[in-house]
Amino acid sequence: MKIATALVAGALFGWGLLISGMTNPANILGFLDIAGDWRPALAFTMAGAIAVAAPAFYFMRRRMRTLTGDSAQLPERLRIDRPLVIGSAIFGVGWGLSGLCPGPALILLTGRSLQAIVFVASLALGMVLARRLAGRGAA
Amino acid sequence: MCSPCELFGVTDSSVTDPVLVKAFVGGLLIGSGAAVLLLLNGRVAGISTIFGDVLHLVVGESGWRVAFLVGLLLPAMTLGLGAVELPRGWYLIVVSGLLVGFGTRVGSGCTSGHGVCGIANLSRRSLLATMIFMGTAIVTVFIVRHGGRT
Repeated sequence: MKIATALVAGALFGWGLLISGMTNPANILGFLDIAGDWRPALAFTMAGAIAVAAPAFYFMRRRMRTLTGDSAQLPERLRIDRPLVIGSAIFGVGWGLSGLCPGPALILLTGRSLQAIVFVASLALGMVLARRLAGRGAA
Repeated sequence: MCSPCELFGVTDSSVTDPVLVKAFVGGLLIGSGAAVLLLLNGRVAGISTIFGDVLHLVVGESGWRVAFLVGLLLPAMTLGLGAVELPRGWYLIVVSGLLVGFGTRVGSGCTSGHGVCGIANLSRRSLLATMIFMGTAIVTVFIVRHGGRT
């Protein structure tokens, strides 16, 4: 049941990314290039997504239980800390270089282009490096 | 005349622009996916966190994560990708991938987890994270495309 609902959720998310044009890095870069021929599509996509997700989160913050009665897991950290700020800043530089973020990059793997494969491999390596660093910091 | 679209610099005629309509409808679907995962699985649809957790196999319960990622790829596998302009330059692709992977893990989220779910959850952390990564991305594009000149 959990597997089936996660599959449906992923498919809706992936279909949305595809329809919105956000799987095309050119549309992302077009939004980020405020000094060039600006393309506002990304703002419309985010507005649409937040408009639907916000009521679900509002409901869940009150209930903290899923519709089937299981406990929900929402992020518990509330404080703004250095990793959040530094990590997000680094992510933004990478995002600006290619126009690719994790969701669209994974979807682009279906096109079997070498670019997408190399990007996702680098992404995975970056995640492993971050974990190594976190492990050393905690030790 | 004072439509929200004007805040984004969009003129009235472009509200019916099919590109922007598709972008918005796609957004509604993305939000639906996030809502389904939240309401039925009790989980946040943050792709970098889900992918990272699968990668590290840190959590015993990885079935739903793999299922979400498989689902994410299904529409593209059946409908095709459409027009895509991939980034050029292997050095750029590798560096970008490393920074995105490293940054999203250190910063606990990406465009889906912070940008969509976090903001929808009215999280101050996510709102700040989104403003920061949008900001550094805009600066990066400005430097790459315009060499820092206006």
